[in-house]
Amino acid sequence: MNATPLFAQLINLFAAVILLLSFSMLAQRRVIQLINLFALQGFTLFLSTLVVAVNTGQSHLYWSAGLTLALKAMLLPWILHRLVRQLQVKSEVEPLVNIPTTMLIGIVLVMISFNVALPISQLSSAIARGTLGIALAVVMLAFLMMITRRKAITQVVGFLSMENGLFLAATSATYGMPMVVELGIALDVLVGVIILGVFFFQIRDQFDSLDIHHMERLKDN
Amino acid sequence: MTRLLAIDYLMIAAAAWGVIGLVGLALQRNFSFVAKGLFPFGALVGLLVGGVALLALGGTSQTAELVIGLPNLPFHLHLDNLAAVFILLLGFVSAGISIYAAGYFRQGEGTAPGVLCCEYHLFLASMLMVLLADDAYAFMVAWETMALTSFLLVTTDHRHAAIREAGYLYLLIAHIGAIAILLSFGVMTSGSGDYSFSGMREQELSPFWASVAFLLALAGFGAKAGLLPLHVWLPEAHPAAPSPVSALMSGVMLKTAIYGILRVSFDLVGTPIWWWGVVALAVGIITALFGVLYSTVQSDMKRLLAYSSIENIGLLAVGIGLALIFHSYQMEALAALALTAVFYHCLAHAGFKSLLFLCTGSVLHATKERSLGKLGGLIHPMPWVAWLALVGVIASAGLPPLSGFVSEWLLLQGFLFSPGLPHPWLNMVVPVVAAAVALVAAMAGFAMVKFYGIIFLGQMREPALKDAHDAGIWEKLGLLWLACLTLLLGVLPATVILRLDAATRQLLGKGLADRVAENGWWMLAPISPERASYEPLIFLAIIAATLLIGRELVHRLYHGRVRRSPAWDCGYHFQGPRAQDTAEGFSQPIRRIFEPMFRMERQFPTPRDRQPIYTVKVSDHFWYWLYLPIVRAAGWVSQLITNLQGGRIAIYLMYSFLTLLILIMVARP
Repeated sequence: MNATPLFAQLINLFAAVILLLSFSMLAQRRVIQLINLFALQGFTLFLSTLVVAVNTGQSHLYWSAGLTLALKAMLLPWILHRLVRQLQVKSEVEPLVNIPTTMLIGIVLVMISFNVALPISQLSSAIARGTLGIALAVVMLAFLMMITRRKAITQVVGFLSMENGLFLAATSATYGMPMVVELGIALDVLVGVIILGVFFFQIRDQFDSLDIHHMERLKDN
Repeated sequence: MTRLLAIDYLMIAAAAWGVIGLVGLALQRNFSFVAKGLFPFGALVGLLVGGVALLALGGTSQTAELVIGLPNLPFHLHLDNLAAVFILLLGFVSAGISIYAAGYFRQGEGTAPGVLCCEYHLFLASMLMVLLADDAYAFMVAWETMALTSFLLVTTDHRHAAIREAGYLYLLIAHIGAIAILLSFGVMTSGSGDYSFSGMREQELSPFWASVAFLLALAGFGAKAGLLPLHVWLPEAHPAAPSPVSALMSGVMLKTAIYGILRVSFDLVGTPIWWWGVVALAVGIITALFGVLYSTVQSDMKRLLAYSSIENIGLLAVGIGLALIFHSYQMEALAALALTAVFYHCLAHAGFKSLLFLCTGSVLHATKERSLGKLGGLIHPMPWVAWLALVGVIASAGLPPLSGFVSEWLLLQGFLFSPGLPHPWLNMVVPVVAAAVALVAAMAGFAMVKFYGIIFLGQMREPALKDAHDAGIWEKLGLLWLACLTLLLGVLPATVILRLDAATRQLLGKGLADRVAENGWWMLAPISPERASYEPLIFLAIIAATLLIGRELVHRLYHGRVRRSPAWDCGYHFQGPRAQDTAEGFSQPIRRIFEPMFRMERQFPTPRDRQPIYTVKVSDHFWYWLYLPIVRAAGWVSQLITNLQGGRIAIYLMYSFLTLLILIMVARP
């Protein structure tokens, strides 16, 4: 089946929005805004999956899209918001590396991702193959966010955003993973966030702070 | 119903040992049943195993499949003549040790006897499986089971830190050896993926890879056997283990390693190359010299025996090396001579070393003392143990008419033909090794005189020794059985060699049987009667006659005329037990002559000392030259690695991120 130009353009548009959101998450200084951006990224991911689903007519992609909407655009942001409220996290995000430098590194990473993904996406026959580079870039940027942020909660957001990138890669390259795998991953992410939430409380009780550099003490010598 | 083959009986026996172990574990509260019921039953199974193997010797080889383990990966078992020789050894020797163990293990000493019974019988069963295994998978499973069960047996008395350390060292070296063996098997499959022994035989290895396989096998099995430089666990583990366990490990388990070397070098890897034999010969003779030198200077009786085991393993490696050299030059008759010597020495050493270790067990129970310096004169309270130990000591010293002499004589006979080797310098160097073997035999005699003389002869060095009691009935039975084996092996060499011939024939295609059979059962002449022959019965008769006549003469001439008076006591007004030669004093000349070989820490008394103390501690150069540098290097490397662990999550994430990035860059299409 050939993709109509409109659909292809729509998918590329959404992928670009997701990448843009990744950059804005990298630049965002406030925790609440960061979570909102994450929710927005989830919602865009839902839209792009929906477009692929409508275009290919594969029923399991509808399920995936629904799952994305429920989980990544609603449930997880809600849990994170609640955590922030309960933990009374300071609204400022403290980066380890200053933000302009992070952005520059991010740009380099995007270039690398595109360079690496180019030969692969030429092999792929899927309609959304142009987005593979973007997906890889989203994963890289999320990783970068995990490295450069100091607060545990921003690391969780980075982790979830990385999962978004993987999901985008899956839908764009192969029309999504089998339903079982997708359900499994969704459940994993959910459970992961809940466990990490519990950990946040433990960390705060132990160190009176969510700053992960306190955990340097935990290494064994 | 089809008739059961020998291999079926052996599998039943292995299963029986396993069941005995489990029953012992289940009924561990009932001590007398475990000791007096299960161990003798295990001995009976051992006799059955030995008997079956004896009958199977000379027959055709049998195979079986055991559906245990991973799906579609059954254990292949195989009984051929080579395995039968060692199974024979395992069965008969373990029977004696099990009988002894029935009377040896006590409640309240370390591990409970029920648990011990389980470990002990699983150890026996795993050794049997090692000998029966016909693929690398079954072999390694059995081999590791053997290592683990023996480790548990060694650490029976795990409350002492020193014993735990000895066990750890043993386990460590056993695993290094197992890795080498596994790699050797891997090389021999040469990538075909067929891990059965028959598959390995079919592979045509290039000389380089064949050599790699041989050297790995020599290192791996050598670690288990105690070849230098992987011998360090032996003198630590043997004193730590209970005596029946030491006997089993030294007498039987070390021989499974010899079996492994023979199996790989003569059977699996293909045609041997001459320099393999030289390597085995060199390692063997160095091991033998090292072992015997250190055994002469020990003051702990079980350490002395452990070093003596190292020496005997060295002699076995020498024999294997000689057989490999002859075999690679197609001098099969001489190779058969050397190989027969190896088999014979395996049997002989299994008998007499188990006997001696068990004797030390009885002494240990009677006196609670392991140090030679606090024993002495035990022939009076413990006549049974003393006389039976004498049999073991004579065999171990390589004196006629007992078993040790036959094997060493055969080995030296083999050396006498080495000038015929078609190699310019080999036929000059090998006789030097023969001289070294003779030196080893002489020093072994010295060590055994020390062992026997200091423990059993002379006066008691401690007053408490008067309360020593002789061994119990079970212990006596076990000792007697092993002493009989030693005597039979010494007196009937021709008969035994005719039996062993099937194994030699299997490995080399040629045996000694024809020439040995010509001369009848009472005379052993492996090449020809004109050249060299040995009639053990004549030796026995002469020795017995000399003893009887001497005793008679003494009785006739001196009877009733014994006069006790103070000896020429030049200034000593009493001659107490303290004036006797001590263990350290006895070996002082050896320590002096071979001073650079030992690492000694001596403490001399000064003239002003009120209570002068002289101590000497002999330790192994290998610890300081080889093992401690390795330990230090390992510590240094670990310290370097610790620097990677900074404790910052951001750094850890960075590691994975960079790895991911590099991998992506490297693996890009």
